[in-house]
Amino acid sequence: MTDSAMDVRDLFVGNGDLQAVRGVSFSIPVGGRMGLVGESGSGKTLTALAMMGLLPVGWSTEGRILHDGVDLSCQSDSQLSRRRGRTISMVFQDPLTALDPVRRVGHQIISLIRRHSDAGKAEATEQAKALFRQMNLPRPAQMLRAYPHQLSGGQRQRIMIAIALACYPQLIIADEPTTALDTTVQKQVLRTLDVAVRERGTALLMITHNLPIIAAICDTVAVMYAGRIVEAGPVAEVFSKPRHPYTMGLLRSQPTMDNIALDGSSRLPSIRGTVPPLQDLAIGCAFQPRCEFATDKCRLETPKVIEGLSCWHPIVLDAEE
Amino acid sequence: MVTYLIRRLVFFFGALFAASVLIFILIRAAGGNVAAIVLGRHASANAIDALAAEYGLDRPLPVQYIDWIKGMLHGDLGRSFRTGESVADLVVSRLSISIPLALSGLILGLIIAIPAGVFAARNAGRPVGAFVGLLSQIGIAVPVFWAGILLSLLFGVYLGLLPTGGWVPWSVDPIQSIRSLVLPVISLGLILGAVMTRYVRSAILDVMNQDYVRTARACGMTESQALVQVGLRNASLPIVTVIGLQMAELIGGTVIIETVFSIPGLSRMILANVAAREVIVVQSTVMLIIVFVIFVNLMVDLLYSVLDPRTRLGQ
Repeated sequence: MTDSAMDVRDLFVGNGDLQAVRGVSFSIPVGGRMGLVGESGSGKTLTALAMMGLLPVGWSTEGRILHDGVDLSCQSDSQLSRRRGRTISMVFQDPLTALDPVRRVGHQIISLIRRHSDAGKAEATEQAKALFRQMNLPRPAQMLRAYPHQLSGGQRQRIMIAIALACYPQLIIADEPTTALDTTVQKQVLRTLDVAVRERGTALLMITHNLPIIAAICDTVAVMYAGRIVEAGPVAEVFSKPRHPYTMGLLRSQPTMDNIALDGSSRLPSIRGTVPPLQDLAIGCAFQPRCEFATDKCRLETPKVIEGLSCWHPIVLDAEE
Repeated sequence: MVTYLIRRLVFFFGALFAASVLIFILIRAAGGNVAAIVLGRHASANAIDALAAEYGLDRPLPVQYIDWIKGMLHGDLGRSFRTGESVADLVVSRLSISIPLALSGLILGLIIAIPAGVFAARNAGRPVGAFVGLLSQIGIAVPVFWAGILLSLLFGVYLGLLPTGGWVPWSVDPIQSIRSLVLPVISLGLILGAVMTRYVRSAILDVMNQDYVRTARACGMTESQALVQVGLRNASLPIVTVIGLQMAELIGGTVIIETVFSIPGLSRMILANVAAREVIVVQSTVMLIIVFVIFVNLMVDLLYSVLDPRTRLGQ
């Protein structure tokens, strides 16, 4: 259709009375790279699963999920299954549990390629090998015959990425793809993902609570809090001049060489309080109980989204602090 | 893999040894002068001693045990006191009834349990799923002999479709033999199926919540494809284990069912020989059954290593 790989409009995700995602809208242009940040429980993963049509039993969506000319929110499981892995694919958080333990990894990627194309077995095997090579996996031919338990976490995540890339999708959703990996491996895996996505012009939705990853990889960022996007915009702008107190808090609580003393004497700034339970969200701004600038208006009226910001009293930063 | 095999084999032979000692001791512990009981009240002391000597009952127990094991290893299971028939011959003729009965019961149980368990798992939390769960619960609660009697009443007495019991040997009329086995097999299969349904249901429920099922769907499988290609394949691991454990239940079930339907199978033979104090027949046949059960469990362990690549590395 138009020039966006994914266009989400007023998405609500709920389970009975519980609304975990409450009116989320964003758009990822073709080949664009968007970061979605927020604390655990802010609704990031449910948003992603809703886009894939893979919500757990009991959860339902409202709103529109426009992708490749159709609204995914009103497609059947079999219609969606023809898209998953082909036009839209996903890399999950934990590579240790995401692959079928009783099948060779080669079988898993080759069957995906054959399911979505008319490639024969030999051709699909060649494609899989090429993908593994691109993922910097050593000895692709042998690797195809390996079972997941024989591989390291980093290797498994590279394989997951290869699987996600296999059919040249328009969009890849990566849900905390490196959180479960060792720090040294994280960088390499992210680099491989970044390079592959750029080469192919695939759009990327990177879900993480690691802000440096967003800064390094994404063009735009959306900050989620309690099921809503509170601030969104180009990465450079949002990170250098955060306008929402929550974004500011997130940026401040990232460990840097300045706020960490190696003798353990330092205190990392944190946002006071915790994410409120979704079932007792009152009217008004959800962040208001934790916000140092909160006023009566914040307690009574939910802030509207204006220019990608949902706050009654944006912070104005003139220069870098 | 090799260490895994060796450990399984050591366990297999260890279990066989322990079982054989236990059976031997338990049967001797029943006490009494076996030869005297076999020959009856009016037998002379000389005749009793002669019988005891003929069957080696007068020798020390360890010698008897070793002779018994030696004989078993050579295929000599001993002879009956009363008829002098070889136990091996007796067993073989009975097995031609009991093996088809037990195997068909097991297969029928699986044919019931796998679809019913999958259905119950897919409909977990809905009334239909709960209904299957209820049926399975009833099946577990119903004793196998009562199921046999009810089926025999319905199909044998009221509908007159199948024999209510009895047995026509295979060599006489194979069709009649099969007809005699239908109701016993259904009784066994229903009860076994009810138990297995629960295991299949929980195995599937457990597997379908795993991340790799979600990955399979993210790779373009529909829910049903993921269930069959990934779910069942992974759920087969716990299910196979349970099948091994159910073998003992199955043999217990055939003892009862053979009695209910008056089928002269192996189990009925054992019961009759227990009553007649045929020490050697009983100990050899029970040992055979134990060999069978332990062997099936060894096979299950080996099958497990085929099904689950994670166990193949040994550690």
